[in-house]
Amino acid sequence: MSVVEPVRDLGDVLLSVKNLKKYFPITGGIMSRVVGNVRAVDGVSFDIARGETLGLVGESGCGKTTTGRAVLRLIEPTAGRVEFEGKNIMEFSPKAMRAVRRQMQIIFQDPFGSLNPRMSVGQIIQEPLVIHGVGNRTQREARVKELLDVVGLASYHVQRFPHEFSGGQRQRVGIARALALNPKLIVADEPVSALDVSIQSQILNLLEDLQKEFDLTYLFIAHGLNVIRHISDRVGVMYLGVMVELGSAAEIYQKPLHPYTEALFSAIPVPNPELKRSRIVLQGDLPSPVHPPSGCRFHTRCPIAQDRCRREVPVWKESFPGHFVACHFR
Amino acid sequence: MAMDLLTPADGLEPSAPSERSRAFKRFWRHPMGKIGVIGLLFIILFSFVGPLIYRVSPDATNLLYLLTPPSVKFPLGTDELGRNYLARVMVGGQLSLIVGFASAFATMLIGIAYGLISGYAGGYVDVVMMRIVDIMLTIPGLFILLLLDAMFSPSAFVLVFIIAFTSWFGVSRLVRSEVLSIKQRDYVEAARAFGASSWHIMTRELLPNVMGTVMVASTFQVAGAIITIATLSFLGLGLPPPTPNWGELLNASMSYMYQDAWWMIYPPGICLLITMLSFNFISEALQGVLDSRR
Repeated sequence: MSVVEPVRDLGDVLLSVKNLKKYFPITGGIMSRVVGNVRAVDGVSFDIARGETLGLVGESGCGKTTTGRAVLRLIEPTAGRVEFEGKNIMEFSPKAMRAVRRQMQIIFQDPFGSLNPRMSVGQIIQEPLVIHGVGNRTQREARVKELLDVVGLASYHVQRFPHEFSGGQRQRVGIARALALNPKLIVADEPVSALDVSIQSQILNLLEDLQKEFDLTYLFIAHGLNVIRHISDRVGVMYLGVMVELGSAAEIYQKPLHPYTEALFSAIPVPNPELKRSRIVLQGDLPSPVHPPSGCRFHTRCPIAQDRCRREVPVWKESFPGHFVACHFR
Repeated sequence: MAMDLLTPADGLEPSAPSERSRAFKRFWRHPMGKIGVIGLLFIILFSFVGPLIYRVSPDATNLLYLLTPPSVKFPLGTDELGRNYLARVMVGGQLSLIVGFASAFATMLIGIAYGLISGYAGGYVDVVMMRIVDIMLTIPGLFILLLLDAMFSPSAFVLVFIIAFTSWFGVSRLVRSEVLSIKQRDYVEAARAFGASSWHIMTRELLPNVMGTVMVASTFQVAGAIITIATLSFLGLGLPPPTPNWGELLNASMSYMYQDAWWMIYPPGICLLITMLSFNFISEALQGVLDSRR
């Protein structure tokens, strides 16, 4: 897919990702030669404006999590640019990278795996402050109390260990930790997928409140379509390592352009048994990201695929102002 | 914040018992843990406090009482030089235990550091470091021990290093395999996301989480080290006389087995047995306590 930057004026762009690629080598044989690559992310571009939430959706294995980690350089991208406040962090030295990490944080999916079981909640939230040598002990402890309050936990929780908390409370601890250094960007990697539905809405509301309060920018990764709709200003839809559609949440949910997006959104249950709706059921499985299909990657499952789709990679074009799609026919 | 309606700050009292004290309680409730601690305590008291109460020189010879069976004057009889055997068994425990603990400590130190670095670094570093361990493990430990023992004159201090040098391989493998799994966890990723240094990740994230496994392994190491000392002394290569140790006592008693000197072989043997069993029970209980939290 060709690289075209989103041209719509987003205002103040905080993060700009250009043609991001991450290939995982597959080694085989006795000499561990590289026999192929899993193209987890294969040329993804998007911008996020300051204070905005960009949702990334797609089915399992489409590369959305890898995109999120590659943006933070937790996974070293194979190629591409990641510009944070106009500077390409891909070229940053380890020292400069360390400094910029204060500005960008991550919230994890699994609230049970993301907290060190040997540390108390106070130690966990304090950790980023300790690493960056922020404040003295008393100042840090005061900050921890403040953060606990912000995320809706009590200050006496400081001495507790993660295993004493429920999933939702742990996720709050994870959020407090992410906020500790006053970051500008937070990559939320499926932050509510592991939680009960009732807890999900609490955490989503918390994230929204925090966004307003601290002027945060979110890259919100999720597979729950309702979650994404609820929280996102704009939504990017990924399929097999590429972005197929990007537009404002309202627009993309009301009139999806890409056939994959259509099929995806037709799967959202409607709480009305009277309503007849046309469900688009995709045939076949997700193709292997080792040998992605030629031309348009979606042609193997696309209901409107034609010969051209097998040959030509569709251009990433702006079909409506601010609404991008990669399809020959839309 | 008002959004906390469904997850009320749970009804637990603010000062719940600490993690450590509860783990200790669970350990104590474990029958094997209790027996092990009591057994070990007995052995330690016997070897270190015993000689303070039973004030008889373990080295004083008495040619009138050679190889005499237990009596009121000599509760465990005398050896071939007429030395008080009870005093000798007591003092013999001191060296066995001190050298055992010290070499286990040194073993753990080397093994943990090596395994931590190997597992955390990964890639070629890991491959090279682990192949070195594999190679060392193919050589029977006793041969290395005997070689080193012959090369360096075996003082207790040297012996600690010899034992540590020959027994850290297993520990490093164990630690490495734990590290490989722990470093994949999200909390390690989180630390990297904050810009934590490798040192910070190894010492603050990885090490505390391998400590459970390490503690279990270290109890085995102490037991193993004590047996190793006993083995070396039994082969006549351990620590130089006159200070006795259990292995050396066993060695000496072998010569008099056919003269019905049963009192010489049982006491050090039983002491070793109690020590080994105690350590094994303790590690068994530790395993139970530490696993249930995972």
